[in-house]
Amino acid sequence: MDKNSNAYTFIFAILMVLVVAAGLSFVATSLQPMQAENVRQEKMQDILKTIGVETERAGAEDLFNKYITEQLSLDHEGNVKEDVNAFQVNLARELKKPIEEQSLPIYVADYEGSNYYIVPLRGKGLWDAIWGYVALKDDINTIVGVTFDHKGETAGLGAEITTTWFQEQFKDEKVFNEQGELVGVIVEKGYKSPTKGDNKVDYISGATITGDGVTDMIKERLSRYLPYFNAKKDAGLEVAIR
Amino acid sequence: MMDKQNNIETNNASEASKKKEMIMFLSGSEEKEHFLSKANRKLLTDPLDDNNPITVQVLGICSALAITVQLKPAIVMSLAVVFVMAFSNMIISILRNSIPSRIRIIVQLVVVAAMVILVDQILKAYAYDVSKQLSIFIGLIITNCIIMGRLEAFALGNGIYKSFLDGVGNAAGYGLILIIVAFFRELFGSGTLLGYDVVTWTGLYDAGYENNGFFLLSPMALVVVGVVIWVQRSRNRKLIEEN
Repeated sequence: MDKNSNAYTFIFAILMVLVVAAGLSFVATSLQPMQAENVRQEKMQDILKTIGVETERAGAEDLFNKYITEQLSLDHEGNVKEDVNAFQVNLARELKKPIEEQSLPIYVADYEGSNYYIVPLRGKGLWDAIWGYVALKDDINTIVGVTFDHKGETAGLGAEITTTWFQEQFKDEKVFNEQGELVGVIVEKGYKSPTKGDNKVDYISGATITGDGVTDMIKERLSRYLPYFNAKKDAGLEVAIR
Repeated sequence: MMDKQNNIETNNASEASKKKEMIMFLSGSEEKEHFLSKANRKLLTDPLDDNNPITVQVLGICSALAITVQLKPAIVMSLAVVFVMAFSNMIISILRNSIPSRIRIIVQLVVVAAMVILVDQILKAYAYDVSKQLSIFIGLIITNCIIMGRLEAFALGNGIYKSFLDGVGNAAGYGLILIIVAFFRELFGSGTLLGYDVVTWTGLYDAGYENNGFFLLSPMALVVVGVVIWVQRSRNRKLIEEN
């Protein structure tokens, strides 16, 4: 057959695509379980990191089972959905639903005698999704720690949200202002005085939009949990009064 | 009777030529060569020095900038490139007589892309943390000019074994520079090597030494590559231009 004829070229191209596609799908499918396991362990590692438990990925599962006492899935009114496994909730998918149908996962941790509430976050950066976890102390106001990750932010700019110095700033920061309104933590451009508890942290130069994404993400996500938080606070108050 | 004899003779002749073709197909030359003959060894060692893809041909600079901040990703990247380059060179060499010349660049791209996805998937399964660190750069191996260059210039015209050696050699030449640059950048930039705190161990911090943060920024990679080229040219006379 003439190698330069159109028919040969087409047949060659079609065959090549079929062979490559079949081969790659086979590899991807057979490696899928191991990759999913890695992602699962990393999620546990990230959640643990927010409350100050640093661990290797391999050991994350044991510690996760040890410290995370409750994994709850809430509806928008703060009631626990018994039939939904919180760890398996895919936040990317939930965010596309109307708020009435969303499942809101929350993790309750008991680490060294203190209770923590860990809320998964997800929002938009400049190029693609950003996500993370924020851990609140028992007072449901003070942040113990955060982790952020991203899909495609610019390396050296937006991608810096994954660095320790940026995440350290959120420690001991408050998410409610003095009037008791939920404001989250604002990533502010030109923020000078690193005072704790003023709901503000410094931004990353050249990554204003990613920073705004972090601000919006924290506020939007936490506001969904307000019914649950209020119920918890009321219960806590009652205990205190008694 | 004569006809039959003739027939057998031509049969024999065609078989012999087939055998010859087979040898040519495998080794790319008429005489059977020793596995590591001088010419073959040259394919491996030439790109390490005299014909280094980075320092002599100045290809693949972009990734030399991007992933040389630390030694470990640089090593993994080098291994990934060795794998991708050796096997895409081999595959293109196997297919070289059947690839329609009008779509040969597309075929090369598909082969390289398939290899890169393979590496990416394997890393995600077996070396998850490293794959996160390398993130997009593994994907960008596809655009590494060295690979396309070798496919076009070598694999399309040479036998399988030679193409394999050429792929390994060029990728190793690339990896060598990557590792040299990463070594200096990690040592001077962060004071560590493969994550081990070597500077603290030598006690230089107590004597007032400080890490040079500038080494962590991309421009320093170019400066280091420049110094490597300078050192290489001063000891390898063959590389000095006439004028």
